[in-house]
Amino acid sequence: MITNTKEAEIQEQWTETISPQSNLFDLKLQEVWRYRDLLVMFVRRDFVATYKQTILGPIWHLIQPLLTTIMFLIVFGRIANIPTDGIQPLLFYMSSITIWNYFSACLTGTSNTFVANAGIFGKVYFPRLVMPLSVILSNMVKFAIQFILLMAMMLYYAITEHNIYFSINWLWIPVLIVIMAGMGLGLGIIISSVTTKYRDFTVLIGFGVQLFMYATPVAYPLSYVMARSKHAWIIKANPLTAIVEGFRYALFGTGTFNWSLMGYSIVAMVIFLFFGLILFNRVEKSFMDTV
Amino acid sequence: MSNIVIQVQNLSKQYRLGEIGTGSLAHDVNRWWYRIRGKENPYLKIGEVNDRTVQSDNDYVWALKDINFEVKQGEVLGIIGRNGAGKSTLLKILSKTTAPTTGQIKIKGRIASLLEVGTGFHPELSGRDNIFLNGAILGMTKKEIQKKFDEIVDFAGVERYIDTPVKRYSSGMYVRLAFAVAAHLEPEILIVDEVLAVGDAEFQKKCLGKMKDVSVNEGRTVLFVSHNMTAVKSLCQDIIFLKNGFIEDIGKAEKIINSYIISDGQVVTKREWRQEDYPGDNIARLIKAEIIDESGINLKAIDFSDNFYIEIIYDVLLNGYVVAPNIHLFDKSGEYVFVAIAERSSSSSGIGRYKTRVKIPRNFLNNGRYSIGIACTTLLPHILHFYEKDALEFDIVEDMENRNNFYRGDIPGVIRPELFWETMKIK
Repeated sequence: MITNTKEAEIQEQWTETISPQSNLFDLKLQEVWRYRDLLVMFVRRDFVATYKQTILGPIWHLIQPLLTTIMFLIVFGRIANIPTDGIQPLLFYMSSITIWNYFSACLTGTSNTFVANAGIFGKVYFPRLVMPLSVILSNMVKFAIQFILLMAMMLYYAITEHNIYFSINWLWIPVLIVIMAGMGLGLGIIISSVTTKYRDFTVLIGFGVQLFMYATPVAYPLSYVMARSKHAWIIKANPLTAIVEGFRYALFGTGTFNWSLMGYSIVAMVIFLFFGLILFNRVEKSFMDTV
Repeated sequence: MSNIVIQVQNLSKQYRLGEIGTGSLAHDVNRWWYRIRGKENPYLKIGEVNDRTVQSDNDYVWALKDINFEVKQGEVLGIIGRNGAGKSTLLKILSKTTAPTTGQIKIKGRIASLLEVGTGFHPELSGRDNIFLNGAILGMTKKEIQKKFDEIVDFAGVERYIDTPVKRYSSGMYVRLAFAVAAHLEPEILIVDEVLAVGDAEFQKKCLGKMKDVSVNEGRTVLFVSHNMTAVKSLCQDIIFLKNGFIEDIGKAEKIINSYIISDGQVVTKREWRQEDYPGDNIARLIKAEIIDESGINLKAIDFSDNFYIEIIYDVLLNGYVVAPNIHLFDKSGEYVFVAIAERSSSSSGIGRYKTRVKIPRNFLNNGRYSIGIACTTLLPHILHFYEKDALEFDIVEDMENRNNFYRGDIPGVIRPELFWETMKIK
């Protein structure tokens, strides 16, 4: 009996056990929290390092959505003549692009977590999840900058066209951002986990995100598709649809918004995130052998 | 209370060789199928010993197989072995960058590795930013780093450049800064791999000193992997010698280094020739040559501060010749260091078997590898009976702590004789 308790005592002193397989659901989230300083520093590094030795610096964050908006305005607005749910066309495209950019940046940024960071992961251990989380956060900073641009544009139109919309719905915006972040992170880490061994997905993601955008009501409103096509269900089945539509609805008060679509998006996000975390957690232990 | 801080049990690591493609997908599917039926992974059985020189069809090898050892608190454990012996794999598992295939390791306390210094350094960021980033990657909080910041900068000696991007640093400065961050990490267990290969002598000294300091004064545990036997010897009490993924030997530093050097295959400190191969002519021939200590015991590695002897046994087959043995010493690059010929009084004359011993004084040959050619010559008239080049090879190793000066780095030169210094105050 005495030896047993002694043994138990010794057992408890171990602070860590390295073993081949850990519990599937042991996601080590407290550990991620312990490394929060690192998370902040990665975000800072991303931001500082990207614009070292550039003249315009962070202004580049604004040029990209501006040019894309103008392009959309010409192609979808002038040439294709697609209506914009009664929203000022420039604001319609810019708002869609802002939220879509956030998603696509999160997805592409996190989808190569393992491959791009193999060098550093191969040498030092820290919770691997810190890396994709830092991508999500630093893109959030970029999103904020673009959002300020959008606000400025809205203010401009409010003054010149007396077209002011302000409502309690704005409180939805942060919620939508979080859902979008979760979606990008979940899908991204699923892809990054799979690509450690089979690189096929890296090829797919290159043009996949582009195609995905056309299946999401970014350049057109959902109402337009529903009115004209029998295949609108495809667009509705896309869990991003409700978020992009919801974002515009929250900002401008027009568009398609319903609870069942939103609920569907949230459920999809939770599923992606859940499976993503489990897969990521499994792969991170030995991806160095296959990457 | 047990003071074991690392316990490694039945640790094994299997690697798959070859490319990953459709073939590995088939294996994955097969493995998954076995798991569903509750069977063991079929590929675990077929691994081979990791001997890279042998060609094999088998795709799976064991980089480590059934490793068991324990490390006590405050111990400096050396890990040696040839390339491919599994040292790096072991360290990778310990530092959690890859998981073992079977077995487990239990650890007490925070573990930090210097597998390669400067991990996560971003070339565009300043030295200051990189200290914080690197420190955080290694597991420090911002507060901890702030507290140590001045000490780190001071240790690295880069005050002037602290706000310059590290891509402008010289490689020496870069390594110094990186090591400084890691050295101030204060983990309970520190893993060091070959970092001492870089940096100048002064900095190497600093590093060795810091490691010693960390283990002796602060009671921390260090795992040290290196090819530099001198550094290993002066730092480690115990050593693990890995060979092809197995523990070949484990024990006290001196003993293991000796057996490592023997198995290295190149050092020959004892040679006996077979009767039909005796080098020599019809007057004298060589039977045996050996490097020994004072009491006649064969030495595998020679300590810088110990005397050692070269003993040769040879036959003289004819009367009337005064045969003088001589030794020819070369350094590892093949340069002649010296030739020494036996004095008249210790030459041999007359038929018989002779044993000649020559003492090489301590504090004379510098650290490194040497080879000895052995010859026997009659001087009047001049006849060379035999000359066996590279008859013996040996290493001089040094425990730097025994030095009577403060310098702990490598000292260049082939010889390092003990000179007699005198300093007096004259004013």
